[in-house]
Amino acid sequence: MVNYDVVVIGGGPAGLAAAIEAKNNGVNNILVIERDRELGGILQQCIHNGFGLHIFNEELTGPEYAERFIEELYEMGIEYKLDTMVLEVSPNKTIYAMNTTEGILNIQAKAVILAMGCRERTRGAINIPGTRPAGIFTAGTAQRFVNMEGYMVGKKVVILGSGDIGLIMARRMTLEGAEVKAVVELMPYSGGLTRNIVQCLDDYNIPLLLSHTIIDIKGKSRVEEVTVVKVDENRNPIEGTEKIFDCDTLLLSVGLIPENELSENAGVEIHPLTGGPVVNESMETSIEGIFACGNVLHVHDLVDWVTEESRRAGKNAARYVKNQLASNGNIKKTYAGYGVRYIVPQQVRVANIEEKLHLMMRVNDVYNSAKMVIKLDDEVYKRIKKNHLAPAEMESISIPAKDLINRSFTTISVELEVEEA
Amino acid sequence: MKVDVAVIGAGVIGTYIARELARYNLNIVIIEKENDVANGTTKANSAIIHAGYDAKTGSLKAKTNVLGNRLQEELCRELEVPFERIGSFVVAFNDEEVEILKKLEEQGNNNGVPGLKILNQAELREMEPNLSEEVVAALYAPTAGIIGPFELAIALAENAADNGVEILLNSKVTSIDKSNNKYIIKAGSHKIETKYVINCAGLYADEINNMVNRPYFEIVPNRGQYHLFDKTAGDFVNKVVFQCPTKAGKGVLVLPTVHGNVLIGPTAENTGNKEANETTTEGFTFLREKAEKVVKSFPYYKVITSFSGLRAKTPTGDFIIEEVQESRGFINVAAIDSPGLSAAPAIGNYAIDILKTSAGAFEENKSFNPKRKAFKPFTELSMEEKQQLIDQDPRYGRVICRCEQITEGEIVDVIKRKAGALTLDAVKRRARAGMGRCQGGFCGPRVMEIIARELNIDITDVVKDGIDSYILTGATKTIYDDTENLAAATKED
Repeated sequence: MVNYDVVVIGGGPAGLAAAIEAKNNGVNNILVIERDRELGGILQQCIHNGFGLHIFNEELTGPEYAERFIEELYEMGIEYKLDTMVLEVSPNKTIYAMNTTEGILNIQAKAVILAMGCRERTRGAINIPGTRPAGIFTAGTAQRFVNMEGYMVGKKVVILGSGDIGLIMARRMTLEGAEVKAVVELMPYSGGLTRNIVQCLDDYNIPLLLSHTIIDIKGKSRVEEVTVVKVDENRNPIEGTEKIFDCDTLLLSVGLIPENELSENAGVEIHPLTGGPVVNESMETSIEGIFACGNVLHVHDLVDWVTEESRRAGKNAARYVKNQLASNGNIKKTYAGYGVRYIVPQQVRVANIEEKLHLMMRVNDVYNSAKMVIKLDDEVYKRIKKNHLAPAEMESISIPAKDLINRSFTTISVELEVEEA
Repeated sequence: MKVDVAVIGAGVIGTYIARELARYNLNIVIIEKENDVANGTTKANSAIIHAGYDAKTGSLKAKTNVLGNRLQEELCRELEVPFERIGSFVVAFNDEEVEILKKLEEQGNNNGVPGLKILNQAELREMEPNLSEEVVAALYAPTAGIIGPFELAIALAENAADNGVEILLNSKVTSIDKSNNKYIIKAGSHKIETKYVINCAGLYADEINNMVNRPYFEIVPNRGQYHLFDKTAGDFVNKVVFQCPTKAGKGVLVLPTVHGNVLIGPTAENTGNKEANETTTEGFTFLREKAEKVVKSFPYYKVITSFSGLRAKTPTGDFIIEEVQESRGFINVAAIDSPGLSAAPAIGNYAIDILKTSAGAFEENKSFNPKRKAFKPFTELSMEEKQQLIDQDPRYGRVICRCEQITEGEIVDVIKRKAGALTLDAVKRRARAGMGRCQGGFCGPRVMEIIARELNIDITDVVKDGIDSYILTGATKTIYDDTENLAAATKED
């Protein structure tokens, strides 16, 4: 049995930022466990730019963004293990992990930070009928093949889902000489950032078919064609609108799912809407001393927000180790009201807030000119005017601690006030 | 190539017969058109061992099912194949269906199925709490079970190969000529001369038969679609749950698999096409409607994959297991639709008896070893056992498939075995890498790397499943790393 103060599971952007911040806050005995061959996580395959505008005030590529944290981790002498898989986390923070050189590792941590990231939704999860040939990839897998392994996955491509990875891959495949015939999106709006639609689709004349889906895949050995159909407002296919696309490849960018098998097995409570742990203001899960941050907690659109959130998790894990986190006390809840899909954190212990409480949330539809109304119980605390809100773009709200201390309330809610169209 | 017996088709029937014939001093070859064994009907079915009350008393189906069910246990023990005798229910929603249960019970008793019993609602609820309140009674068959169907055929193939049987993959039979008490088979690049032919070609058994004999039966493909759910969908049922049989088949079932997933299916559709193994929107709707009748609040969003398989039916309904009258030594084992998997060992033994009657007794192979070692899934080992294995071979310390926690050691093992994996899906069927909730998203590239390395082929030649199911189309654009070439290349443009 080896002992550490803080063990971080996952060496992607979340884990790196959390580990560094824990060290910055006076904890020395830290271990980062990464299952892949290198640190940096999925950022390493995101060779496009657009990372770091908020954190570094400059535009970096994914590997460059990761490198800054990896370098810092090296300089700080934080211990890490690569190619190491965590098999089990127990509620009392015992960890079993394994790798080829040390075999089974039994680790006791004072605090654990869950930073395992997410995985992609697959064809099965969206259940497209048809044959099961080669040539169907999730966008991220295709991205790994193209950007890291150096192999192309197809020549004539249709992309289902307009999530950011799908949009990025539409451009990437085009630059590599493939013909991207269309990006097909079930919803009447894109699941990706506006800037990606402009830079990855519009600039390359790739059509974005909103309110469309794929209802059939043909091809015995390799994809040969897909049938695209328009859908009505209830997302049901409209008969007679079928269009057949001749293609050899179908990329799926239909959503990301936080990867919480370890968390669930440990007994951490999972939120049904985020798919990630229920956390409090300190990014602590339902198990004391187990924290969570990044895409394992809820799926982010910008890595910069992952970094910010993970720094909070790292700092609070350090506070926990140093017994500076009040474990009991009065628990307030957050509540996602009209138009808001979820809010993270779900619980707030006001006494632990340093300076500001940070709320992150997603709306459930596209809204133009709406107000976000923050309430403490029934009392309006603040209205924030927004010109544009979309499910693809995470919103965050900060509330100064001084506005919450010494006030009696049980729920902090956020809801939308929408002007009549 | 000269052999004594050529078995055509490496499904569960063909591999069983080859493995059993390896008990004698015979030269045996299995001829398979696909690039893996168990790649037809054997890989896509309900994965159950029926008790044996469905088939008409006196039919081959009834006899071989009840006997096959009994033989499975020992067979699966010898070959270390997952098999659990969990029992089954046929549920009834009204009095009319209760009458059907009674008839099934009587037929089952006549077929020799042990332990059949009709349970009332209360007894049933106790054993199967998630069943719909509308179920009023059920026929309980304690001997029904669940099995890994392709695992069984793969294990049979491995064990057959270990005992000297040769397996020719990628070898589609194109002609069979009969001359002087022997048969000349052309298959892929091979020419095989054999004394006996055993036709276990599944959906194509009629075509194989017709190469030599008069066309006296027809195989009609019947498609069955399925949904497979993630393990986290929970233990919805403890037993195999059937609805009352109709003319179309045994109805939609809900069952746990030997790997802890939940499976629902199948549909029963005459497609008229032996390659039509696609799934359809109509099929999905049908499955959902039927399954919802039986089980409350099914988590449909936890479907991890949907698939369909084709059953090799024949209009007359019963199995065809016989030596062809005009062709001595040519034995058809055809029209093996449900309960073919359950009956497989009995079907095989029956066919071998026919062969022995025709050929006379065979000399016993004294070195026959009936045992085959499965790799024990790494996840099922204790921490100490895991450590021991990693000490022996460090590749067991590297997890490749995260969802199912499959290690590099296991993947190399299934590639290196006899009748080993050559494709991505073949690895998936043997080691379960890519079988989990990400469906190979993370591990696919890594598994391909391992296959390429172990088989010493280029990664772009690694296929998903069928021969032409290529995954990569080539390298990405490359950068000229010496300026002379760059200059030359630029000039040409």
